[in-house]
Amino acid sequence: MGEEGKKSRPAPDPNSAKFKLGRIAAKAYTDAAEAKARGEMVGWCASNFPVEIPETLGLYVCYPENQAAGIAARGGGERMCSISEGEGYSNDICAYARISLAYMKAKEAPEQDMPLPDFVLCCNNICNCMIKWYENIAKELDIPMILIDIPFNPDYEVSDAQVEYIKAQFWDAIHQLEDYTGKKWSEERFREVMETSGRSSRAWIDATSQAKHIPSPFNGFDLLNHMAVMVTARGKEEAAEAMETLLKEYRENHEKGISTFRAEEKYRIMFEGIACWPWLRVTSQGLKSRGINMVTTIYADAFGYIYEDFDGMCRAYADVPNAMNLEHARDKRIRLCRDNHVEGILVHTNRSCKLWSGFMPEMSRQIGEACGIPVASFDGDQADPRNFSEAQYDTRVQGLMEIMEGNKGGAE
Amino acid sequence: MYTLGIDIGSATSKCILLRDGKKIAGSSVVAAGTGTDGPEQALKMVLEAAGADRKDILYVIATGYGRKKFQGADGEMSELSCHARGVHFVFPDVRTVIDIGGQDAKVLALNEKGRMMNFAMNDKCAAGTGRFLEVMAGILKMDISELEREAEKSADPASISSTCTVFAESEVISQLSAGTALPDLVAGICQSVAVRAAALARRVGVREAVCMSGGVAKNAGVRTAMEKELGVKILFSDMAQLMGALGASLYAYDAVRDRETSVQ
Ligand code: SF4
Repeated sequence: MGEEGKKSRPAPDPNSAKFKLGRIAAKAYTDAAEAKARGEMVGWCASNFPVEIPETLGLYVCYPENQAAGIAARGGGERMCSISEGEGYSNDICAYARISLAYMKAKEAPEQDMPLPDFVLCCNNICNCMIKWYENIAKELDIPMILIDIPFNPDYEVSDAQVEYIKAQFWDAIHQLEDYTGKKWSEERFREVMETSGRSSRAWIDATSQAKHIPSPFNGFDLLNHMAVMVTARGKEEAAEAMETLLKEYRENHEKGISTFRAEEKYRIMFEGIACWPWLRVTSQGLKSRGINMVTTIYADAFGYIYEDFDGMCRAYADVPNAMNLEHARDKRIRLCRDNHVEGILVHTNRSCKLWSGFMPEMSRQIGEACGIPVASFDGDQADPRNFSEAQYDTRVQGLMEIMEGNKGGAE
Repeated sequence: MYTLGIDIGSATSKCILLRDGKKIAGSSVVAAGTGTDGPEQALKMVLEAAGADRKDILYVIATGYGRKKFQGADGEMSELSCHARGVHFVFPDVRTVIDIGGQDAKVLALNEKGRMMNFAMNDKCAAGTGRFLEVMAGILKMDISELEREAEKSADPASISSTCTVFAESEVISQLSAGTALPDLVAGICQSVAVRAAALARRVGVREAVCMSGGVAKNAGVRTAMEKELGVKILFSDMAQLMGALGASLYAYDAVRDRETSVQ
């Protein structure tokens, strides 16, 4: 309190996790641009493609999903979506895809530039829309596309047969990249990357699990920003170091009784789905103004890439959120809700992401039932601002809050 | 002692003036919603009806889409909780409320105390809401209040399969030109709204007794279609459109009571 009772925007501390993580996220773009300028080949990479492969080979890659989120958060979503719609793409297609395809055409976006690719790395463990999106880029730019096929897993566990199927493809991808770029795979370097990635993952999981404390030492919206580093750079030393700083800060926050959630935490929810980037302020304010802290999301669990060897890595990539079966995905979320004392769930029915939003009504119903907590959902879009209504959002959030309040025994 | 609930929707403003938390002293409905002088008019009308004065009101709760813009309120609550509370006051046994308003449809699950435990609302699409009925009535050059009588005459409701309001519009036009009888067409339109809202209800879980509220509930064509669709009896009150305002006036009464007990 007192003097610490804080100005809302303190000057960035270069030793803070926020500063370090922001710098790593920005550096991913500048590193790739510099590599391109030096004449090196750079790639575009799907967020759930095994980042260990380009990292071990020493290749620079950029992440179109990340770029699209950045463009949308900074207000360029509608402009970019309109460009690709003008090219003939339906506005039913994922807005990340539309923005990325628009960028390929326009080759610039003041909100977030990145170098054009010499190859694309695609993995469908996240969705199948991705395949067509990347195929179109590869065809239009006349560059190779490397696709790793990791189909949706209808079973609870990943079988050995699946691991074999994936492993063969990983090696094939590595060999193709070696041939195309001239870089060489090194077992020793792979071990380093694997260990660093494990370190980042452990720190991330530990940091996000600090929400078990009441009040939570952080605002869950932080995670939506910080996860960018987990997606793009978890195999890098500086990422592991920044994640460990994050964990340390959250622990200290708890000890000092402070939080990055700058309001009284009256209610705790799990947020389900991708952030509504064009409306980030509105969606976060709608919660904060009511004392609702989004303490957890599946992202807190999703980047647990902790494994011991190459086979373990293959298994981990078959066990990512959009590829695992409903019961398994549900159980992970139930655990998050229980561990973090969640009182309600807010589901973003994301018009872009058919897969995620498709299984959510049933999954969230089961989670709500198992945990005895209310579930509310709102319509929105991760990157196309036209699919969101502030008034509708507000009513649903308020309804959810009123139920949570009643459950506390406040109302009769 | 008076408390007021005002429900400001997209197309209507409704007021309930409550005396001592128990008796409805007056009500008003004005066909003009948020952003118009509808809320003020509704307030004036309810005071006139009850022979009361603005300064007699101890507490005002606003609800509905326009709840935040209304200047004269002491507090605001979502229409979700207010509808649940209003319905419970009229029908204490109700556990499921299907409320269809001008631009949204919602289904509320209530516990035995009338508290909302869960809800589901329509997505961004206008199908299954009052707006859908309005557009269809417009095509048929009918007043929305006439739909009910027309639907009653139907023996064989036409099937309107498009969920999109624009597609359904052309479907209705082509059925009209193909000679489908007007009552069948109107009954088909009512059914289409009922089917959409019933799907929402199933998501929340249908527990009896079930009540319909909101402006669209006044239409018996939709209520009958809903009974058929869900296979349950649908309770209905003439106050269907006023449940939100009623609930708000009850919450306003609670607020006065809480204030008094905290002062004591
Ligand atoms: S947002 Fe959904 S549809 Fe779009 S790329 Fe990601 S997983 Fe696929």
